[in-house]
Amino acid sequence: MSFLEVKKVSLFFGGLAAIKDISFSLAKGEILGLIGPNGAGKTTLFNVVNGFYKPSRGDVLFKDQSIAGLKPHRICRSGLARTFQVVKPLQRMSVHDNVIASAFLRARDKKQAEEIARDVLEFTGLFEDRDVISKGLPLGKRKRLEIARALATQPELLLLDESFAGLNPSELDVSMEIIRQIKDKGITIMIIEHHMRVIMALSDRIVVLNYGEKIAEGAPLEIRNNAQVVEAYLGEAQSA
Amino acid sequence: MKKYLPTIIVGLLAVLPLIGLSSYAMHILILVIMWSVIGMAWNLLSGYCGQVSFGHAAFFGTGAYTAGILYGKLGLSGWWGLPASIIIVTCFALVIGYICLRLRGPFFALATLSMGVILRIVAENMVDFTGGDLGIMIRERTWVEKIWYYYIILALACGTFIVVKLVIESKLGYYFVAIREDQDAAESLGINTTLYKTIALCLSAVLTGFAGAFYMNYMGYIDPKVVFALHDISIVTIMVVMVGGVATYWGPVVGAIIMVLLAELIRSIPLLGTAHHTFFGILLIVIIIFLPNGIVGDFAKLKRIAGFARRRS
Repeated sequence: MSFLEVKKVSLFFGGLAAIKDISFSLAKGEILGLIGPNGAGKTTLFNVVNGFYKPSRGDVLFKDQSIAGLKPHRICRSGLARTFQVVKPLQRMSVHDNVIASAFLRARDKKQAEEIARDVLEFTGLFEDRDVISKGLPLGKRKRLEIARALATQPELLLLDESFAGLNPSELDVSMEIIRQIKDKGITIMIIEHHMRVIMALSDRIVVLNYGEKIAEGAPLEIRNNAQVVEAYLGEAQSA
Repeated sequence: MKKYLPTIIVGLLAVLPLIGLSSYAMHILILVIMWSVIGMAWNLLSGYCGQVSFGHAAFFGTGAYTAGILYGKLGLSGWWGLPASIIIVTCFALVIGYICLRLRGPFFALATLSMGVILRIVAENMVDFTGGDLGIMIRERTWVEKIWYYYIILALACGTFIVVKLVIESKLGYYFVAIREDQDAAESLGINTTLYKTIALCLSAVLTGFAGAFYMNYMGYIDPKVVFALHDISIVTIMVVMVGGVATYWGPVVGAIIMVLLAELIRSIPLLGTAHHTFFGILLIVIIIFLPNGIVGDFAKLKRIAGFARRRS
């Protein structure tokens, strides 16, 4: 019985297959890395799991219930939250209000929403910036605000879409520590990332996509030595 | 001080008629307050929830015709139009919302614009029901004195202000603003955007419908061209809020004062009076360029400019 199961999912835009026959599963409490060259279909896969797209074929099971084709807000309510690669903060709201807005999902009243928001902001190290209008935050903190907002919906499964892209090394360490602590809370994580140092250090398992297809799956070390993966990233070795 | 500002203003407005204003001054005051109600209602949907409506005349007119038809066809007092418009306008809003709310941004705006026009044409052609172009006239006004109308619309305005404030400070308000800022993000954070946009539309429509029902009783005469007017109702509604300040509590009130006075002023200029829409257009351009957040929203900026000008002189 797996926690999240992606079963032979395909998505077509017209005649183009954005993702083809992808299957994998996630156990509760693990961190699954999702890597692949640009345009491999990683974010598209997130959009299918999160409900923005209905898969053309196949099914997505979350806690043994089919969620394929449900609206994103229903999927979020069932305990699955995500962040966006291109950050989407609620620009003209303060950091605190951003998080309150998503905390209302589980809160009974405004007071409780504010409490949830405060806890999450302290956890992600954004408490000092709570009154800043989120438009004015630097990128590193906006990425963290994305995570904070997703956490405020109190998810069981968190999809992180390139939450580390564009961060400087010290911000990277802060964010990695936050991800580890999220895992310690018992939240399952699926993460898209280009930073190999991050993905290798964090993931329990890695799935590799290329041209919309799954080309490899395994522990970080196996993936590192997989010829097909190296080829997808670096190009075919030239024959002498 | 700031906390008591609404109470002080309402107190002042309540005693204002007692100093013996002329009938014309009372008329202007009533119009200003009525437009504040419409502005606050529009602000809820378009300012806070970000769904810009170009068709609020649809709801204003529906409210007015609800009152008018109750009087004309059923022989009831036109004032029953106020409670009745809650049901009638909500039904209209649900239908319009079902069609229009699946569209986003400018497409929603265009769809609502057409709704106002469609309802005007329907009202013009359903002669048996609406009286067509002849409109509906209330033969005996409830009161000759304007003071009672004044207090009724003042009470409506206070009610609207309180409703807007309560909504905006609650979960609904957070959801509305979240939808305005980013609909996809809102949806993925567990906000049922379709549901909450519909709630915003219904609230906004009912409050606008109240103003319409009041208008029927106050003016005593309506026809489709007056209450379903695109430029004189829908567009002026937008201007009231744009000039005053989008997504601010006091913006619609300030905007209503300016727009009503300006309209009266321009109409009294000989020859140019009929071109008052041109002046509104120019005003809108100036506001968008220099005070994009309206007078209330950009008050600090306005004060700075004023202070600068004073120092130079």
